[in-house]
Amino acid sequence: MNGFMSPIIVGIVAGVIIRLFMLRSDYRQYPTYLHGKIIHIALGVIAAGLGSIIVPALMQKDYTAITFLTIAASQFREVRNMERNTLTGLDDYELVKRGNTYIEGIAIAFEGRNYLVILTSLLVNATYIYFNIWFAILATILCVLGCRKLMSGSTLKDIVDITYVEPRFDGAGLYVDNIYIMNIGLPARQEEVLRYGMGFILKPKNFNVRTTIANLGQRQAILHDTAVALGVYRDSGTPALVPLAKRDLDDGRVAVFILPQEKDIDKAIKVIGNVPTLENAIRLPSKIDSNEKGLL
Amino acid sequence: MVIEKYILAVITTNKEKVPVAPAVFYCDTIEEMNTFGANLEAILDGIAHKLSDDVFIIVKH
Repeated sequence: MNGFMSPIIVGIVAGVIIRLFMLRSDYRQYPTYLHGKIIHIALGVIAAGLGSIIVPALMQKDYTAITFLTIAASQFREVRNMERNTLTGLDDYELVKRGNTYIEGIAIAFEGRNYLVILTSLLVNATYIYFNIWFAILATILCVLGCRKLMSGSTLKDIVDITYVEPRFDGAGLYVDNIYIMNIGLPARQEEVLRYGMGFILKPKNFNVRTTIANLGQRQAILHDTAVALGVYRDSGTPALVPLAKRDLDDGRVAVFILPQEKDIDKAIKVIGNVPTLENAIRLPSKIDSNEKGLL
Repeated sequence: MVIEKYILAVITTNKEKVPVAPAVFYCDTIEEMNTFGANLEAILDGIAHKLSDDVFIIVKH
């Protein structure tokens, strides 16, 4: 057994720990079953193995060995494709769809996590080789804390104020506050909508947020998450009972109309507040300097 | 073929206000119109929208 064996094993173990730590079934509600998890644990082990042998390979002056990292990169890009395809396929059968923006965000997160595993294993392995096992354990703990900080993005409650507003009808038009949601013709349907429906107004806290919450994918994510957490009063063949989010063009507020099974205002506000701000929806118009040359 | 944003049917009590396009259902009363609307909504998987008091259209979104 050569001298690198224990650092490599420690590196792999640290990588797998990180992968398991990031594999909790969280707000994404995915993966929830064992087989789905096993795929990701197996890929995590591969990633950890790759990360752990970089430093030993360099120390053995085996520079060409580093090129296998490119194979790893394409392998993990495949993970993103796999997640995207699975979730897109399943999305057609959801009562309230996740939407492509949300799916893409999840897929990116799954790819990114494998790279984090490689980095962790590399770091822990290197610490073991250059210092000792105690420093390696310390590095593992720091990596777990770092991942926790890095991987938790911002949520909607950081960027909008959420207030409850009773939905109402003006003729056949359904409104939440002054924002028009949709036209529902049948009186029976209107009654159902008023009985089960809830309206929320999301008021952006600053100008950048306006564009972010205007994103259709972001709005769909809000509807999906509330439907998951609170249930949804809906079935196939009842297209009139559909949760919707519409925008006030004047001030950028977004009205969210949902049909939960459980009509609990506080819980709903909490759920909407905890919806992640989708990475792909974030826009920062204030970062654009209109005086800059070459722009506009 | 997927039909989207298309008027699938018109239900009305007013014979003068109807386009010459899709299936049109003439009803005698508003109640009858509501029943037709509810059934067509379920069958066609569309939403019954109210254009005026006497005209409903079924639209698939």
